[in-house]
Amino acid sequence: MSDTTDSFSEPYIELTDVVFSRDDRRIFDGVSLKIPRGRITAIMGPSGTGKTTLLRLIGGQLKPDSGSIILAGESVPDLKRKSLYQLREKMGMLFQSGALFTDLSVFENVAFPIRVHTRLPEDMIRDIVLMKLEAVGLRGARDLMPAQLSGGMTRRVALARSIALDPELIMYDEPFAGQDPIAMGVLVKLIRDLNHSMGMTSVLVSHDVPESLSICHHACIVSDGRIIGEGTPDELRNHPSAKVQQFLKGHPDGPVPFHYPAANAGNDWGIDGGGG
Amino acid sequence: MQWLADLGRQGRELIESLGRSGQFLAGFLLGVPNARVGFPLLVKQLYFVGVLSLAIIVVSGLFIGMVLGLQGYTILSDYGSESAIGQMIALTLVRELGPVVTALLFAGRAGSALTAEIGLMKATEQLSSLEMMGVDPLRRVVAPRFWAGFLAMPVLAAIFSVVGIWGGMLVGVEWLGVFEGSFWGNMQSSVSFTSDVLNGVIKSVVFGFVCAWIAVYQGYDCVPTSAGISSATTKTVVFSSLAVLGLDFVLTAVMFGDF
Ligand SMILES: Nc1ncnc2c1ncn2[C@@H]1O[C@H](COP(=O)(O)OP(=O)(O)OP(=O)(O)O)[C@@H](O)[C@H]1O
Ligand SMILES: [Mg+2]
Repeated sequence: MSDTTDSFSEPYIELTDVVFSRDDRRIFDGVSLKIPRGRITAIMGPSGTGKTTLLRLIGGQLKPDSGSIILAGESVPDLKRKSLYQLREKMGMLFQSGALFTDLSVFENVAFPIRVHTRLPEDMIRDIVLMKLEAVGLRGARDLMPAQLSGGMTRRVALARSIALDPELIMYDEPFAGQDPIAMGVLVKLIRDLNHSMGMTSVLVSHDVPESLSICHHACIVSDGRIIGEGTPDELRNHPSAKVQQFLKGHPDGPVPFHYPAANAGNDWGIDGGGG
Repeated sequence: MQWLADLGRQGRELIESLGRSGQFLAGFLLGVPNARVGFPLLVKQLYFVGVLSLAIIVVSGLFIGMVLGLQGYTILSDYGSESAIGQMIALTLVRELGPVVTALLFAGRAGSALTAEIGLMKATEQLSSLEMMGVDPLRRVVAPRFWAGFLAMPVLAAIFSVVGIWGGMLVGVEWLGVFEGSFWGNMQSSVSFTSDVLNGVIKSVVFGFVCAWIAVYQGYDCVPTSAGISSATTKTVVFSSLAVLGLDFVLTAVMFGDF
């Protein structure tokens, strides 16, 4: 999948020296990242390093302490409420939890963004919704309520909802989590097709290294508040950094910490002089 | 000296949260409502907040009116003036019990439900996902619920008073045998529209505003966990009740206290 690097010349999203903290804890310590237009960019990294936080920063739900975030030529943190909401109409986001509206059926959930932002006639809305549900394999589940869905189904409905309006930018937060191998294959193909046919700029957050690397044009690995490795999938596979190699191959021992920052283990277990 | 620091911190937190709730209120009150989208949402919430509260309001109004009839009769008949019972029941209900008890019941029945619903939407990221879809949750979720509470309260209070008066009549006239003509006649001649009915309506409008505001703010501002939602729900009931009772004293002093 790896194209030549020069096609990445036009960034759709550009983060420069972004610093972000949460209750005294530094989550990002100077992250700079370019997300190319019309491409799939994968963001990978250990759990809890702030991948979801990064998406929320891009969507303007959180504001960085310093640094700039430019999306389609506009500085997201400086936008007024109204312009921010207008900008978001062009974005789709698949939440890690799905976040379906629990009082609406599957059909109405997917129809929701269409009803809010357009004035299409009812039969057209019906066609679009069924098409999107068909794409995730859940056309038959249209009358179920969110409480009646399994975790993986919830996420697929949420995916259908986030692409309902064919946004310019779509951010997927862990689309593959909880999917069986068949659904996973379908989703991989769907994400690739959406990018191909519509030219959607896609940001894919995922732990599934092989799947992500197989569809993305560009990937970066976040750890310890920084980008530790970035490039085309092939460049990453041959990356010299030990951290990157450890992450891609999933070795438990190495320079990337698996544990959330903690005090010396000896203190917690009450052993004198024990080493962490 | 620790308590002094604690007091200072609590005071600061209180002022901070007052400021935030004021900002929050301005956030959805100042937006221009879109009638095409807003009206159906408002109607739906009026049903949940208003219509579904009718049962508890009617039953409570009936019993309170009947109790007023009994108590009023025993007290007034000592002075041989049991014919003034209609006037007593009507004034008590219209001026005080109608607005106040309705507001207390409303806080328990509808306010807590609003808080829990908005809080749960926050905890399950439904509010976040609205934001990311370019839909402002303040206007889509909060505003219709606030307006529904605000509009429902005066109507519910009026229904409460009417049912209460009817309950008092049942006990006073039908059961204890007060002459029906003097029951209604006394009431008519002593209850003034401007000073009694209108002041009662003003009270319930104020209570509606405060209760609806507290309920939606507590939901929107809650800590998005199950413990956070449960504490927000409790706060809604406690703060609304205290605010209603405190404001009632102030309003009564201003309206009826011509010392
Ligand atoms: N609401 C919050 N308040 C305080 N800290 C938070 C909050 N949400 C997340 N964090 C912290 O921010 C850090 C990054 O969280 P984030 O959800 O972005 O991780 P993630 O990379 O998406 O992890 P995962 O892969 O497990 O989803 C975590 O260490 C977490 O403890
Ligand atoms: Mg995450």
